[in-house]
Amino acid sequence: MSKSEQSKAKAPLLEVKGLETSFSIEGKDYNAVDGVSFTVDRGKVVGIVGESGCGKSVMSLSVMQLLPKGIGKIRNGEVLFDGEEIQSFNEKQMNQIRGKDMAMIFQEPMTSLNPVFTIGYQIEEVLHNHFKLSKKEARNKSVQLLSAVGIPRAAKIVDEYPHQLSGGMRQRVMIAMAIACQPKLLIADEPTTALDVTVQAQILELLKDIQTKNDMGIVLITHDLGVVAESCDEVIVMYAGKIVEKTDVESLFTKPKHPYTKLMMGSIPRLEEDTEKLETIKGIVPSLTKMPQVGCRFANRCPKAMPECTEITPQLEENEQGHEVACLLYETSHPKEGVLG
Amino acid sequence: MSITENKSTKTQNLLEVKDLKMHFPVKGGFFRRTIGNVKAVDGVTFDIKKGETLGLVGESGCGKSTTGRSILRLLNPSAGSVIFDDQDITNVNGKKLRDIRKDIQMVFQDPYASLNPMQMVGNIVSEPIKNYYKNKKEEEMKEEVMELLNKVGLPEDAYYKYAHEFSGGQRQRIGIARALALRPKLIIADEPVSALDVSVQSQVLNLLNELQDEFDLTYLFIAHDLSVVKHMSDRIGVMYLGNVVEVADKHSIYKDPLHPYTQALISAVPDASNFGQKRERIVLQGDVPSPENPPSGCPFHTRCPKAMDKCSSIKPQLKEVKPGQHVACILYD
Repeated sequence: MSKSEQSKAKAPLLEVKGLETSFSIEGKDYNAVDGVSFTVDRGKVVGIVGESGCGKSVMSLSVMQLLPKGIGKIRNGEVLFDGEEIQSFNEKQMNQIRGKDMAMIFQEPMTSLNPVFTIGYQIEEVLHNHFKLSKKEARNKSVQLLSAVGIPRAAKIVDEYPHQLSGGMRQRVMIAMAIACQPKLLIADEPTTALDVTVQAQILELLKDIQTKNDMGIVLITHDLGVVAESCDEVIVMYAGKIVEKTDVESLFTKPKHPYTKLMMGSIPRLEEDTEKLETIKGIVPSLTKMPQVGCRFANRCPKAMPECTEITPQLEENEQGHEVACLLYETSHPKEGVLG
Repeated sequence: MSITENKSTKTQNLLEVKDLKMHFPVKGGFFRRTIGNVKAVDGVTFDIKKGETLGLVGESGCGKSTTGRSILRLLNPSAGSVIFDDQDITNVNGKKLRDIRKDIQMVFQDPYASLNPMQMVGNIVSEPIKNYYKNKKEEEMKEEVMELLNKVGLPEDAYYKYAHEFSGGQRQRIGIARALALRPKLIIADEPVSALDVSVQSQVLNLLNELQDEFDLTYLFIAHDLSVVKHMSDRIGVMYLGNVVEVADKHSIYKDPLHPYTQALISAVPDASNFGQKRERIVLQGDVPSPENPPSGCPFHTRCPKAMDKCSSIKPQLKEVKPGQHVACILYD
């Protein structure tokens, strides 16, 4: 084994460093994702939570290099997949790893399947793109995949069209397509949001099964803290394009640090407890064009905001072992001497 | 007709729904004959006391919205009866229906689609008042609307704005103000928060609770999210494939669910409260059957982990198994 290959095996599966993704609105560039860094290891599930508009999906599209051309672009930062910087890859190289080594499940199973092709055709397309298979082999593999994701009568469903299936079934088809080439990394963008709870339970169980079998790394984007608690190892809380808190799932739920995380947890009704009044967060996420450039972006909605919150930008730093937070309430988040100004 | 007529028989129930059925015909063939029925609601029974919130919960396609719409008579039920404030409103029409609708209002799911984009918010909220009180003075009405906007937590200048100028949560507040305009007795809220972000969702839920106290409202709260329904309701009805399978107060539903479907539904909700304690999860197999061709006997028997042979032949009726807890399952016969 050569030296480069050895280092490759040790590198984390996905490493995002200081990612900045901007969208141009009326000729000006605005950062939708602003300086995001994290890693995903093999066999781990990293959850990304936050309200709509906080940049979760843009971040995953940046990793997949699927940003809308001409509008969105990565301005800064590195995306290392399996130890390799993939931003320099051209379209052809990218197509080789996309779908094969890294795959994505989208939120809307209704809109992300092509209505005019059969289920089988769409799965076989993925297989043909990446492997040399005969038609018959591809067909057999598709049927296998469909039964692996728990679709009954797979041999028959393979010839049906997306509209003939229910929402849960379509999401299973999406998963079957995503795992067709046994990817190392799976990005699941709200995979269960459009589904009912009992179906959601089935899908989450299924993802967990596949993950342990293939030692796959998963990035799970969701706004449902319950889903995070049950399926993630590590959690990243995002607000307005920035990471505000990053830790393992247990300390996030037992001792959340950032006021935003705390409020978000207080605002969901719980099955186990009776709460008279839910916590609320006043206002809404600022729009891209009105994002404060200096200071904490949550300051105008934060009940614990101090005067300096609008002047000093809090840094995401480790506050306790493995628990990073970006909030001026914590000494660690204050900028280091000399960096100020 | 005033409601004081039958005072002797007056009960505490504001709404009684008895064996309500709503079947939609399926047309087909050359002559567009009826070739089948989608049994969206197939024999639903429940009641709501004055000042109470009854939650209706179930998966998509279980008929909870159709039930809400049939009560408001936006749909004409195929069978059964709806008794509102001691009046049978199942077959009333014309002026009587108009009078009743003043007392029952609805808050819709999609705050983006349920507000007219061409109308000022002031007009949207005052329209129900204009409709029922034709002689009301313009200024009086405006004052009333301003007060309503204030009550739901919107700024006064909202009156002159259009719906697109507001965020989802604020739009839902407009929808609530419109529903309140006629001071109804019953509000049917059909998934009022499912389109909203969690932080905004909690604002709207808190608002609904405050308004209930202030205006003495009774709610029929329809949602698919069990935690939300439990937070809002006093009692909960669980629906499956057009049937109510269990009705009980919210604590019994959560702590001691009796129907196998309720048990599975509750175990499926991912919960962040008891972190680290792994709960026993009942994962149901398969999909909800089509309401066009529902299974014989118990509608849940095809997916029920506790199904017995006779489940496919006997349709269980809703029975009081424990005080206040009604269950439709032959396990408890």
